[in-house]
Amino acid sequence: VPGESRLRVIVLHPRLLGTYGDGGNALVLADRARRRGHDVDVVAVDGDAPVPQSGDIYLLGGGEDRAQVLATELLRGSGLVGVVQAGRPVLAVCAGLQILGHEFTDPAGVAAAGLGLLDLTSTRGAVRAIGEVVATPFDGLPVLTGYENHRGVTRLGPLASPLARVSIGTGNGDSGRTEGVVQGSVIGTYLHGPVLARNPALADRLLSAVLGPLDLLDDRLLERLRAERLRAAALSRHRGQWRRLASARGS
Amino acid sequence: MAAATSRFTGRGSGSIIGGRLLLAVQPDALRTLVAGRPVTLVSGTNGKTTTTRLLADALLTRLTVATNASGANIAAALAATAAAPAQQLVLEVDELYLPQVLEETGADLVVLLDLSRDQLDRMNETQRVATLWRTALQRAARPPCVVANADDPLVAWVAEAVEHVIWVGTSDSWSHDSAACPHCGRLVRREADGWACDCGRRRQPPTYAAAGDTLQTPDGALPLALQLPGAVNAGNAAMAVAAAAMRGVAPADAVAVMEQVTSVGNRYRSYPVGDRTVRLLLAKNPAGWSELLPLLDRHSLIVIAINARAADGRDPSWLWDVPFEQLAGQTVVALGDRRVDLAVRLSVAGVDVVVADSLRAAMSHRPELGTVDVAANYTAFSDLASELRRAR
Repeated sequence: VPGESRLRVIVLHPRLLGTYGDGGNALVLADRARRRGHDVDVVAVDGDAPVPQSGDIYLLGGGEDRAQVLATELLRGSGLVGVVQAGRPVLAVCAGLQILGHEFTDPAGVAAAGLGLLDLTSTRGAVRAIGEVVATPFDGLPVLTGYENHRGVTRLGPLASPLARVSIGTGNGDSGRTEGVVQGSVIGTYLHGPVLARNPALADRLLSAVLGPLDLLDDRLLERLRAERLRAAALSRHRGQWRRLASARGS
Repeated sequence: MAAATSRFTGRGSGSIIGGRLLLAVQPDALRTLVAGRPVTLVSGTNGKTTTTRLLADALLTRLTVATNASGANIAAALAATAAAPAQQLVLEVDELYLPQVLEETGADLVVLLDLSRDQLDRMNETQRVATLWRTALQRAARPPCVVANADDPLVAWVAEAVEHVIWVGTSDSWSHDSAACPHCGRLVRREADGWACDCGRRRQPPTYAAAGDTLQTPDGALPLALQLPGAVNAGNAAMAVAAAAMRGVAPADAVAVMEQVTSVGNRYRSYPVGDRTVRLLLAKNPAGWSELLPLLDRHSLIVIAINARAADGRDPSWLWDVPFEQLAGQTVVALGDRRVDLAVRLSVAGVDVVVADSLRAAMSHRPELGTVDVAANYTAFSDLASELRRAR
């Protein structure tokens, strides 16, 4: 029933994890819930404040290497484990995804311990992956569109499933062309954009886990954006293929 | 000759083509062209062009100065500028080129404004740019004097690399890219009197500081009545006054010159279009837009234009870091290559947004408002400035 209870969206360490506009994910969730008549509180957790256990949806964004290490230390023992064990929906983007895994590579090139909440390990790739991404989710969601900017290579263990299969871009950077992760109530992805602004179905997946069946919204503007970005990604892939072909002929 | 031809035919500003030819013939042209003249470099994420202009104008009171006034700040443009027969060079330098230009020019004065997220597809991480700068200063054969923004922990960390630092208070309010201390990785505390970290690093007491309409200087407080709007330009002026003082221009003389400046490279310039007045404004990244939004006139039609070409950065995700909620309830026209990305962002911010395919279409909205504020990012701004010049 609209307005009956307040939706609480918890944003974890936005000062450290929010370099690539990922703060927009909270804005999009709040907007989509409000347009359906729900009251929303967006709560930022910063510094050494504990992670509230009473949130409905938890968000982690991407960040720079050093900020990622600091955020990991602040989140260790912060109560995030309880949130995940309680099955609350969590969306973790880029550095946020890596933080929740077993380990990742720190700025000095050394393996740093993650929080171990996701069965995955991230290392540093040879080249930075920068550009538009298109990926097809395994669970029937519409195709994902986003922008990646990272040097992580993420390998999933047996407890974790990939979120999607990459058709354009790099994603997890593994041999299976996978992108992101789903494990229990946690969804992880390398997509910025922010990802929920460009993929409203993913936003509604998170919202419906809390609010149940959702009313349809007028998403014409978002659909226009999605169509435009998917077209641009396809075009950039063709340009890339053409360049590779041309340079192969030239050599 | 090449530059003259280019200007004559109206293709580009001329400076880059001339510089490219020069560099093709002589790759280390910049090094040779400097020829022992004093060089001042200005770099940072925001305020480069404005600060360079203010500083060059101040120095012109005493010397002849060559400067890349068009904002063309890559190697070819710098070489073209250095070819001019002036007593001094004042060069605006792209953040990633600063190490190379510092090495080639042997500049003895470097003005470091701020470092915040911008064009991350090219810069990757803000911290990375800070590290490149710090290393370049450490390696300098003769370490320059650095005029440093005391309010930016990243710039302060860079300035540690040299002995001689002039600290300037700019009231820079963007703190999202220096949450983690660049030295120790701990959380930087923001306090009433600036920033501090547990490792002992903290905001240094500034020698020059902009505070409202006054400027603190070693000569005492001076009134500051810039025609350029906003706290951000007062901060740029403080940086320029400090640098000018290092070149022997008294702060009061520098301020007097800077107060005459009404627009810089078309920024803040007004154009008559039909019976309306269009004011053109530039912002390129979240820190810049945060400073710009309060300057937009709520009684004007507001048009925002966003591109994501190479010079803008290919990824406009940063639109979500801009506090567009300040414009909630306002009618805003979204323009530019990425107008749909912008429109989505604005609609979530509660703005009454209209998407337009051209400036003409944008201008058809709210005809009862006599003034139009057009705010744009880099390449959108250049395109609109050309269009408005032609329309006049």
